[in-house]
Amino acid sequence: MNAIILSALCGVVMMFSGILLKNKSAIKYVAIAALLVLIIGNLFQFYGIYTIDIDSKGLLSFDRTGLFFNTIIFVATLAYFILSGSDIERAGPDVAEYFALIFFVLCGVTILTSFNGLLMFFIGIEILSIPLYILTGSDKKNLKSNEASLKYFLMGSFSTGILLMGITLIYGATGSFGLQSTTIKSAVTGFSSAGILAPVGLVLLFISMCFKVSAAPFHFWAPDVYDGAPSVFTSFMATIVKAAGFFAFIKLFAAKSEDFGPGPAWKLILFVIIVATLFIGNITAVFQQSVKRMLAYSSIAQAGFMLFALYSTNDFTKDGILLYTAAYSFATIGIFSILTKMEDYSLDGFNGLSKSQPVLAFTNTVFFLSLSGIPLTAGFFAKYYMLASAIKGGGSLSLVIIAVLFAAVSVYYYFKVIQAMYFKEGVAATNTPITGNFKVALIVLAAIIVILGIYPTALLGFYYF
Amino acid sequence: MIPLLLILIPVVSAILTFFLKNGNAAKNWALIASTATLIVGLYALCPVCKLEFDATWLPLLGSRFSLSLDGLSKMLVLLTAISFPVVFASTYNNEYKQSNAFYGLMLLTQAGLMGVFLASDCLLFYFFWELALIPVYFLCSIWGGEKRIAVTFKFFVYTFVGSLLMLIGILYLYFQTPDHSFAIKSFYALKLSASQQNLAFWLFFIAFAIKMPIFPLHTWQPDAYEQSPTAVTMILSGVMVKMGIYAVIRWLIPIFPSATVKYADIIIIASVIGMIYASLIAIKQDDVKRLVAYSSIAHIGLMSAVLFSLKTIGWNGVMIQMFNHGINVIGLWIVADAIEQKLGTRKFSELGGLAQKAPVLAILLVVLAFANVALPLTNAFVGEFLMFNGLFQYNFWIAGVAGISIILGAVYTLNMVQKIFYGQTVPATQNALEIKGNVQFVLIILVLVIIGFGVYPQPMIDLTKHIHP
Repeated sequence: MNAIILSALCGVVMMFSGILLKNKSAIKYVAIAALLVLIIGNLFQFYGIYTIDIDSKGLLSFDRTGLFFNTIIFVATLAYFILSGSDIERAGPDVAEYFALIFFVLCGVTILTSFNGLLMFFIGIEILSIPLYILTGSDKKNLKSNEASLKYFLMGSFSTGILLMGITLIYGATGSFGLQSTTIKSAVTGFSSAGILAPVGLVLLFISMCFKVSAAPFHFWAPDVYDGAPSVFTSFMATIVKAAGFFAFIKLFAAKSEDFGPGPAWKLILFVIIVATLFIGNITAVFQQSVKRMLAYSSIAQAGFMLFALYSTNDFTKDGILLYTAAYSFATIGIFSILTKMEDYSLDGFNGLSKSQPVLAFTNTVFFLSLSGIPLTAGFFAKYYMLASAIKGGGSLSLVIIAVLFAAVSVYYYFKVIQAMYFKEGVAATNTPITGNFKVALIVLAAIIVILGIYPTALLGFYYF
Repeated sequence: MIPLLLILIPVVSAILTFFLKNGNAAKNWALIASTATLIVGLYALCPVCKLEFDATWLPLLGSRFSLSLDGLSKMLVLLTAISFPVVFASTYNNEYKQSNAFYGLMLLTQAGLMGVFLASDCLLFYFFWELALIPVYFLCSIWGGEKRIAVTFKFFVYTFVGSLLMLIGILYLYFQTPDHSFAIKSFYALKLSASQQNLAFWLFFIAFAIKMPIFPLHTWQPDAYEQSPTAVTMILSGVMVKMGIYAVIRWLIPIFPSATVKYADIIIIASVIGMIYASLIAIKQDDVKRLVAYSSIAHIGLMSAVLFSLKTIGWNGVMIQMFNHGINVIGLWIVADAIEQKLGTRKFSELGGLAQKAPVLAILLVVLAFANVALPLTNAFVGEFLMFNGLFQYNFWIAGVAGISIILGAVYTLNMVQKIFYGQTVPATQNALEIKGNVQFVLIILVLVIIGFGVYPQPMIDLTKHIHP
């Protein structure tokens, strides 16, 4: 409850800070301070200290996993503020509002990690989505940004409609918004005339969530939106928002998979979606010339791996999604923070970066190695947990082998950037001078990724002990 | 503690090397560090010391940081420990841009290799397996020849796909162990059904076959050897290919005994085809580096064929030969590098009559060439003799066909010696000079090792008897 209230309050504070403070970097520091308060508040609750406790009449319930996930998301946002804060300042005139919108998104995230019924789930999704439509279109003079915003809004509303339809059908079948499995189970297994409503509702719910996490074949909006939005906000959308969407997706369906799964039909649907997502994400990314667009497709490909958590639910899944969120978010935030500093977003724009900016090139290499899942980086254990959970589930070795082959394909396009930075001649130019603080922050982030890659217990230890 | 030191010295000195500025400082430091590792490696040969290390690493996963040394590990640790100072000393005169990064990455490679040969926990083994690959990728891509980027990437993708398949195999076995552990003992104790073995066998074997490499997965190798800087090529062919063979002995065959028997014929035939095929291509080569690369495929093919014939005497031969092949091939690369550095070309057609100008180099090369074709009194003879002994016990005809590769080996090796060193001098060798200083010193040491173990191979044979993981 701490995090929900505080994040909403922080959003309001940020809005007023725009009126009171004229200095843009002062606003940034207020935002960082507010985020620190948020992290501390959340940690209080994680360790059992309820500072703000409001009876939600059973609509919300807080567990350690959700609270820990919140912490990871907030820390990732902190890294994002520190690394990309100055880019947010340059994104447009309404700096305070951007920060406020980001805090509102975080509020949506906190609801999505603690919902206890479809009603709160829906509200969480909406609170998460609406600020994003605005952020996508924040570059008002840029037609691509406008187009992306409109596209995102239309497609997003459409999927929200499907989501609502699904919720309605489930409500009609069970008479409650609750996630209690017995009601749904009786509705699903009964298969009376009313019984058909619940399965259809669940499928609609599933489709709309696939849309939110850009799983194929519901991914078409993602590349255009990620490419059109200002890079600094793409970073936020592709990492924190996406991970939160996944967490909600898994929270929703992990409770349900006992009911109608892991039945063969359910597994088959997921199998097809995972393979399609991996295929489209990886193969299309190979052909991209713009690093930003390549990252958009790569985020679809990574979604394919995260979907493993849905495929087989066991004790590896929870650890897996926590590690994956941390590994993927940290690496991608780092990459985007470097990307936004580059003059030229194409692959050739990175040629020779190791000569002109060795620190940037080195940390960027660590981030890309992590995305490819090379050992000694956090990305390895993220993928490791996902593969382990699928193998433990049993009978899905073919899926694991397909996923691994696509992971090898992903190495191809991730390494193209490394090749450009280190092995090709060129004069990679940055559009702003690189400050020492930025370099230090990048090195810290890279160090965290390496530490998690050698000793993942450093993260999971907090969760377990 | 000794196993840990073997990894720790290279890692720590690698990190320090990255921070050195001056080019020569990095060189000297790498030489000192690798010599220190060599001393520890020699000390590790002592039969009475405690050679195990075990520490908690990933309690949530059931993986421990455990290292141990038996006869097989000792042999390869010794090879790794000898190779690096030899490589650093013999290429001391080569100048690299950003030499601190070069030597740092080289030392990291050494750490990875040591880890592979020491690990007795499968996840740890996988970690080091990859750690040995990543620095090599950067070494070849930054300091390699003209086509380096594409060639190295091919090498990287090949081996990475193999590694990932192995990772699936490892996970699959892990979930079969009753106590959910990656320890080698738990893996050995597994009772797998035939179908489980057949599946997991290939997941592991493809990774190892790519690394060795065995026909038809060898296509990355000649290009990679040719395009890499010579110092890296020495490590690649001298030590790194042994990772595959080591892994087959240590992990593959003990874990999947019945699958090994089932697929042995296929693998032996592929290996023998690879031997003959690589030898025939080697005869047609005009480039010293490519010749040694193909010759290396032929030698590895023989080792792999003997491994899967599953005869004890053959295995002893393989273990000895892993060490000897490493020494011999590094020697050949040193000669190739000396020729290229001095004369600016590696093509036979542009060379000739070098023996008149550089008699010492010629004598040393002739010894190395004899060792490459396994003549008696060279170290390779003992190993090759034992290997063919094992192969003959397995199948007369296969051994006979494999024997052809010895003749072909003599053809291409002696042809190379003749074309480069004898005959009339040509413009390129008109003003050639004798090798001096460090290169001469290193080559003489290698030749002494070759002759020494050729005359008295007993210590090595004794070492191969202590295999107890």
